[in-house]
Amino acid sequence: MIKFENVTKAYPDGTVAVDGLYLEAPTGKLTILVGPSGCGKTTSLRMINRLIEPTSGTIYLDDQPTSGMDAALLRRRIGYVIQHAGLFPHRTIVDNVATMPVLLGESRQKARMTALELMERVGLPANFAKRYPWQLSGGQQQRVGVARALASDPAFMLMDEPFSAVDPVVRAQLQDEFLRLQREIGKTIIMVTHDIDEALKLGDQVAVMRVGGKLAQMATPSELLTSPADAFVADFVGRDRGYRSLGFTNVAGTVAVSEEAVVQLGASAAEAQARASGAWVLVVDGGRKPLGWAQPELIGGELKREHLNLSGTSATSTGTMRQLLDAALSSPSRRGVVVNDSGELIGTVTASDIVKAIEAEPHLETAR
Amino acid sequence: MNYLFDPAHWTGADGIPNLIGEHLVYSLIALAIAAVIAVPLGIYIGVTGKGVFMIAGLANALRALPSVGLLILLVLLISPAFPSKMGYILPSLIVLVLLAVPPILTNTYAGIRAVDAAAVDAAKGMGFRTMKILTDVQLPCSLPLMLSGVRSALLQIISTATIAAYISLGGLGRLLIDGKAQNDYSQMVAGAVLVALLALFFDQLLAFITRRVVSPGLTRLTVKSAAAADTVKIPATV
Repeated sequence: MIKFENVTKAYPDGTVAVDGLYLEAPTGKLTILVGPSGCGKTTSLRMINRLIEPTSGTIYLDDQPTSGMDAALLRRRIGYVIQHAGLFPHRTIVDNVATMPVLLGESRQKARMTALELMERVGLPANFAKRYPWQLSGGQQQRVGVARALASDPAFMLMDEPFSAVDPVVRAQLQDEFLRLQREIGKTIIMVTHDIDEALKLGDQVAVMRVGGKLAQMATPSELLTSPADAFVADFVGRDRGYRSLGFTNVAGTVAVSEEAVVQLGASAAEAQARASGAWVLVVDGGRKPLGWAQPELIGGELKREHLNLSGTSATSTGTMRQLLDAALSSPSRRGVVVNDSGELIGTVTASDIVKAIEAEPHLETAR
Repeated sequence: MNYLFDPAHWTGADGIPNLIGEHLVYSLIALAIAAVIAVPLGIYIGVTGKGVFMIAGLANALRALPSVGLLILLVLLISPAFPSKMGYILPSLIVLVLLAVPPILTNTYAGIRAVDAAAVDAAKGMGFRTMKILTDVQLPCSLPLMLSGVRSALLQIISTATIAAYISLGGLGRLLIDGKAQNDYSQMVAGAVLVALLALFFDQLLAFITRRVVSPGLTRLTVKSAAAADTVKIPATV
């Protein structure tokens, strides 16, 4: 657990970066500090490992005040991940990851073994070990940064905008992998971001801070969306709140899934026509995994891959209401494809079915 | 060229090997002293950001010194205080050291400044102490620029050490000065060629050392110096 008790950071010129902050990051959970620039979120983070010293107040690490500790020894207990990774350019990837174990006194050889395991864990191929940071892309460097922070198996982790320096596709991928990793390792993490979507996606709880270094609201992501504390939080959480809060609502059992007739590639136009409902027919592969939608009247001869319309997304039956609604809205037939966890077709739903389910049960059970 | 190939010139107190030896001793001593002054100072200024004015002002002013004029001035000031040859050696060394300090100082400072701030922040955040950040991150990362400063300092010293002969101290400058006095152009050419060869040799030697000691992780980077002075490109070899 990391706890802030009435922590203030004021600079000699009178600027108050953090103002009387109370905050508790529970053990094994991911707590996100989010807010506009100048809200003191990074200052708060850097006060935990004392890269910045608080002006007043106390920060506790598992109930021990950090102020009395040796700063360097304190930092060695906490994994630290920063925006641009901050890898050592003169060291190979494996030696970068081995930094912490070596610092803590392990032999270089043993530390490298640990490092190789961690590289695998964060999805870096073993042949990267002997490369240097400049030979890696930004996303790969960021993985190395995460592996390096984990190498000493610290109980706590601080992450300062860890995924903001990479492009959106890689960012989403890193976020997903990180969520999966966190489910396995269960570290006590505080992460700073300016991106509310990232905060809502990753956080077990989210602390929204406002300019002047005050805490505006501390809540779970779905609470933030459904009951923002004030106009600032509501505004910061942004538009599409209603739609986005569906992302925290479980589908399971709330919407009836209709059966959908399907064809496979190679079917004749007539066969496709017979199975079609309206202008569209759903095409699946041999394992009943959806491939896309086709319009039988446009098929001359047999159904080929080039006839497929790929615009529809698919939702899993255990996923969220948001995915389900998106599947319906994005489908050219207006019927959203629902699959099970192994990707096999269950059936389809329409947007009106989903909306009815939402209306019928305004307080759907939240996903977490 | 005749002078160079005359066996008589390769032996004795005034023989070429001896002159090269003297030349090198002056040069390397001056380089060592300059490095002992400039490297720690450059590190200090680079790390703390204090005294940056020295880089722009003093270092560049030192570069503009007229070496022969300074040498004579120093001999006039210093030699009366020393009865021995020291009265001449010291002024020569001072001139050479003053020449070598600016490139080493500027490049060491620039090297430290150019170290990726994120890497230093990460090191600190992981619990490296100040000294360990210096030895494990800042110094290795600034090595390419630092060594290129040493390289240009050594070139300058070797070519300028010829002036030691001006105050009768030996070294390859002797060939130039004696040759001029005797109107022996062959001897002067021999001196000039030998100085050039010596400089080239040491330049290559330092380039070789640089390739051996600088991490391949750094050599593909183009390091831009933070100071106004030198912009040094690290060759993309290795």
